[in-house]
Amino acid sequence: MQMYLPIAEVSVNAYLLLGLGGIVGLLSGMFGVGGGFLMTPLLFFIGIPPAVAVATGTTQIVASSVSAFLAHLRRKTVDLRMGGVLLGGGMVGAGLGVLAFNYLKALGQVDLMVTLFYVVFLGTIGSLMFIESLTAIRRARRAGGPVKSAKNRHRNWVHVLPIKVRFRTSGLYISIIPPVIIGIGVGILTAIMGVGGGFIMVPAMIYLLGMPTKVVIGTSLFQIIFVTAFTMLLHAVTNQTVDVILGVLLLLGGVVGAQIGARIGVKLKAEQLRILLALLVLAVCGKLALDLLLMPSELYSIGDAGGSQ
Amino acid sequence: MIRHAATLLIALALSMALPRAGATEEVVMGLSQSSVSITTNFAGSDILIFGAIKRETAIPDEELEVIVTVAGPSAPLTVRRKDRRLGIWVNTEAVQIDSAPSFYAVAATGKLAEVLSQTEDLRHRISIPLAIRSVGAPDTVGDAQRFTEALIRIRSDNGLYEQLDDSVDLQEQTLFRSSIRLPANLTEGAYRTRIFLTRGSEVIAQYETSIDVRKVGLERYLYTMAHSQPLLYGLMALVLAVAAGWGASAFFRVILRQG
Repeated sequence: MQMYLPIAEVSVNAYLLLGLGGIVGLLSGMFGVGGGFLMTPLLFFIGIPPAVAVATGTTQIVASSVSAFLAHLRRKTVDLRMGGVLLGGGMVGAGLGVLAFNYLKALGQVDLMVTLFYVVFLGTIGSLMFIESLTAIRRARRAGGPVKSAKNRHRNWVHVLPIKVRFRTSGLYISIIPPVIIGIGVGILTAIMGVGGGFIMVPAMIYLLGMPTKVVIGTSLFQIIFVTAFTMLLHAVTNQTVDVILGVLLLLGGVVGAQIGARIGVKLKAEQLRILLALLVLAVCGKLALDLLLMPSELYSIGDAGGSQ
Repeated sequence: MIRHAATLLIALALSMALPRAGATEEVVMGLSQSSVSITTNFAGSDILIFGAIKRETAIPDEELEVIVTVAGPSAPLTVRRKDRRLGIWVNTEAVQIDSAPSFYAVAATGKLAEVLSQTEDLRHRISIPLAIRSVGAPDTVGDAQRFTEALIRIRSDNGLYEQLDDSVDLQEQTLFRSSIRLPANLTEGAYRTRIFLTRGSEVIAQYETSIDVRKVGLERYLYTMAHSQPLLYGLMALVLAVAAGWGASAFFRVILRQG
């Protein structure tokens, strides 16, 4: 069934979009990631204009994050104060990101910028995850079971900065400067890449801030919901690029897929899951990198008037 | 200002074209539909353009030919070219096109180049390259022509620009009909539809009307809202997303408890 999308102004098969939302939701439920990093490039591939894909992808992230956040809230694994600080930075970052996005759009370089961000981040995260899970599998085979890594919460540069605040749920007494900076960085990524940024924030919270792992996911989801919602509003107000029909189709598939995925996820081994996810991330990265490196079959592209070149 | 100037130009062109010696043949035209509604499940539409030629005198010896054009709303745009910089392909040069129709189809009884002379084409802007107006390219771009060619090539590949030779059916030099396919990726606006009669490659009569292409129902509502009340629209999208996330988690919890 063909569906005409009022903002994207293209006609797309509705089942394809439902399926796409479902698959991304399934993966995000299985692996505990937002799925934005998969959704946005997949939307590019099926011919949705990049600006619309980035802006509309945020609706799916909000939906799946709300769904997961509620589960964490019931388990009381959310540090609301830390979330609030990250959020403050995130709002600033999202504002900067949307400004940068609009500036690049005027220059005609937005596609390049988004693709470059994807290649760099997906490449880095994918390779790290692949190596990490490969060593974990090897170690598990040798030891006959998973080995817990030693807890490593030594004092580093993060703990000597001023303006210290007590974060009770996380059991931390640290400066608010690093969380604000992390928040800004993730906000910028959200606006430019149309992703939640969980895949950057979770490692940053564990390794830089030294937060306990059990509160990290819930807290990052809390911040992702608000920053992504804010980004969506900014895109809707400044660019009019949020397509509600596209968003609804994606998130209908997405939320159902996420719930099913979460149930499959608990039945698989963690290392195997991670290595599959790493391969998936690297595959998306490889496809985008090839587009940049190989000579495109069509050198010309048509854009709106008003480019400042 | 530009719109006024364009209207003036068109009016001027029309007044030059109209009074011709032996303008005894007139076009009477009909459309299978005078408006196209873009609904949620819009997948393109075929428009049948048909008509008859009214004349008071005997049919002249020279062969009569009919040309039909359908043009979507025009807009200025930018064509960019990728070039290899530091090993990757990036947009470098750009050329501004002053005005290009979002859709353009030209159908004729024969080969367009054979039924229409260059001068007449220039006067009425009938062929695809002439439907695009590009005045000045920046000095830094040496081959601006290739940008226009690329525009035509890309839009032709997307089914937006079409030259349909031998696709107007003319009977007894009087009745004609042609079917033009409007693709699914249409933009809104008035689609200017023109009929030209030519003899010996000269235009002897013309007729003009327009097809109204419009988003209707939900499409119309969402599009208008996104542009006139962006904040409200954004909030609506947000509420939908939050509700879907909450709904799914609540729904599956209930199902699991029962199951």
